[in-house]
Amino acid sequence: MLTIDQLSNDIDGKAILKGLSLTINAGEIHAIMGPNGAGKSTLAYTLGGRPGYDVTGGSATFDGADLFAMEPHERAAAGLFLGFQYPVEIPGVSNLQFLRESLNAQKRARGEKELNGGEFIRLAKDKAGLLGLDMEMLKRPVNVGFSGGEKKRAEMVQMGILDPKLAILDETDSGLDIDALKIVGAGINAIMRKPDKAVLLITHYQRLLDYVKPDFVHVLAGGRIVKSGGPELALELEREGYAEVVAA
Amino acid sequence: MNALALPTRRQEDWRYSDVEAVALIWPTPAPTRIDVVEGEHARHHLLQDAAEDAAAVHDYVITIADGARCDFHVLNIGGKLGRVTVHVMLGSKAHFELNGAILGGGDQTLEIITSVTHAKPDSTSGQTIRSILGGRATGSYLGSINVARDAQRTDAFQSVKAMLLDRTATANAKPELEIFADDVKCAHGATVGELDKAALFYMASRGMDPATAKTLLLRSFVAGVFDDVADEAVKDAFEAAAIAKLEALV
Repeated sequence: MLTIDQLSNDIDGKAILKGLSLTINAGEIHAIMGPNGAGKSTLAYTLGGRPGYDVTGGSATFDGADLFAMEPHERAAAGLFLGFQYPVEIPGVSNLQFLRESLNAQKRARGEKELNGGEFIRLAKDKAGLLGLDMEMLKRPVNVGFSGGEKKRAEMVQMGILDPKLAILDETDSGLDIDALKIVGAGINAIMRKPDKAVLLITHYQRLLDYVKPDFVHVLAGGRIVKSGGPELALELEREGYAEVVAA
Repeated sequence: MNALALPTRRQEDWRYSDVEAVALIWPTPAPTRIDVVEGEHARHHLLQDAAEDAAAVHDYVITIADGARCDFHVLNIGGKLGRVTVHVMLGSKAHFELNGAILGGGDQTLEIITSVTHAKPDSTSGQTIRSILGGRATGSYLGSINVARDAQRTDAFQSVKAMLLDRTATANAKPELEIFADDVKCAHGATVGELDKAALFYMASRGMDPATAKTLLLRSFVAGVFDDVADEAVKDAFEAAAIAKLEALV
């Protein structure tokens, strides 16, 4: 589904990713772990197309198409979802308005029929229920006044409504207490653990992986993948620390 | 000075104006006079949407008697020059409320100029202006509040926010207070900003094309200006004109 080959970039003249390669197939859940400053968030933003995260080398192919030739909104319409470590607040725009515009923009881009108000509300209710988020929250402006946990749950409601093929989740577990972590983990499984979908989880900690079991775990350090393995690698990292595992 | 002499930019209230454009229609028509009688609640509105190359100047002189109230809604979007001036004289316990939006692009010059005089005690006024400017447009709000010596317990505010879509656009905001009483509240705030880039990327990452995302942010920026228009047909006309103009700007 996603093939990243020798990806390099620089941010403000500083090389961050240095030849990163990774292949994710449909039906797989991959976790990328790594120390602070390894380039984890940069990878997420680069795949999402954030301005300023320009690619200087390598390629990424998403469902057979050149990912970097697409604008950010085209990547979303093609089925890519980027979960933000720090979801953005948008005063004056309600979650429902935001999501309906997003979903219908995607549907227009794919030549599908847009949802009317009633259809959209039913879908939103269903997905909000899945994440235990009150519909009243969705009437409020996007992320404004939400706690850290509420923002992350709202992100997962967005993912449920937009129904992507590939979700890249950048530290979705940060700022979550144990109960919220369980709910978010269950949400990711319910929405994304399907044969035709895939997930790239970016995280510092093993704890999210207790709830969302990865098929593959990769260690990102110094701008490239330095080690890959199964779920046991995450436990080893938790036990030994990054320095040990990276050096080994 | 001859009353019919063409204004120049040396005059304070024409400082940011397009005096070449106003020459096309000089002398401008006499001001519209509105007298709100004691205890009355009057509502007025102006949708200034002149043709592209036209100049339009609308002057209002409003007198609000004791205990009366006037609500005025202005949408200023049309013409090469679109200028709205409002002179208000408030009686005791009277209230004046102005809600205005300026949406301009190309080489438009759009302005709202107000002078609100609190002549007697216990009167209040509120002015809320939102401007969105793209291209080489200039949008200006010049608002003076004058509080007479007797006008104790005056409570007035001006809230002016402008959004620039291009570095070549200009927003001017000039609140001016002249206060001769000693027990008054006059608040004013003015900000000029740009569209939030982080919000635009967030919206793009969810699938919104740039025009959809910008229009949504801009709609939220001016939302509220016309919320309390009492006449639903007028409100609908204002919203439709504002949305059409925003879509043309992004």
